Amino acid sequence: MEGTALLGRLNWQLADVLDVTPETDRVKTLVLDVPGWPGHRAGQHVDVRLTAEDGYQAERSYSIASAPNGKHLELTVECLDDGEVSPYLTDELHAGDKLELRGPVGGYFVWEPPVGGPVLLVGGGSGVVPLMAIIRERAATDSDVDMRLLLSSRTWDDVIYREELERLKGGGLTVTHTLTRAHPEGWSGYARRIDGEMLAEVGPGPGDRPHVYVCGPTPLVEAVATALVALGHEPSRIKTERFGPTGG
Amino acid sequence: MDALMLDGNAVAGLLQEVFETEMTTATGTCAFCGSSMQLGAVHVFRSAGVVLRCPTCGNVLAKIVKREAEACVDLTGLRALA
Repeated sequence: MEGTALLGRLNWQLADVLDVTPETDRVKTLVLDVPGWPGHRAGQHVDVRLTAEDGYQAERSYSIASAPNGKHLELTVECLDDGEVSPYLTDELHAGDKLELRGPVGGYFVWEPPVGGPVLLVGGGSGVVPLMAIIRERAATDSDVDMRLLLSSRTWDDVIYREELERLKGGGLTVTHTLTRAHPEGWSGYARRIDGEMLAEVGPGPGDRPHVYVCGPTPLVEAVATALVALGHEPSRIKTERFGPTGG
Repeated sequence: MDALMLDGNAVAGLLQEVFETEMTTATGTCAFCGSSMQLGAVHVFRSAGVVLRCPTCGNVLAKIVKREAEACVDLTGLRALA
């Protein structure tokens, strides 16, 4: 099969930026109003396109952070020092501006209540974003599915959505942090990169056949997926979203 | 391990542009090793275009290069796509 296709259908549109709120030093959430937004599913993303004055365009995919029932669309973006798109989104974009995007796209890395549980969510840094959409969807639908989040961050201050995660946990949702670079005095939690031992302790084990969602930098996702398979998890139940060396 | 590797869901938008429907949950069968996987699970490499590789054997499943309003699509590495 080989050929040329005319491109169509998935249309770019302008969103109104309602607010830009800081999550951590390097991460901000964009609150958007998208006229005619068709709604989305937890775990989907949008493509964002920036156009320079000379016509040069750069496109990136960003996971949707908000739950499907939210009034506005929220994207949480980490500023990458050498990024082409993210520094503009986190530092230059303000309420009242417009942002060009298309979506929602993707149906693979999606969780909805009918999928059921148990669910294991494993994230690294801003890889928590689509996992947060899933956690928010669970909360919004009053689901009592066994859902466990294991989140790797550099430091306690780098934990995105830290307070909201503290609020939401309980009632079948567990939140486990590991801090890889520095940790507060008296920290009794994990303080190393995610490994098989940690994954086994957080569970659920392969016998419970959890749906597993892993999102983060490619090296973290590779290490986690390999460790999960070594523990006996079925590869077909492990969904991954790699976002490159350090991010998208 | 290639740190630049992405997943099929990273190019969900491009695939939807080309096929005019959601493709990351479509099932592809590798023409080389015969394994089947959802397109969201394939390995993706980006340069001038996008290369989709089989996560089992590494065979090139598809190549997509955009050129203004067109896309050149080579699916010869896929035995089936459903």
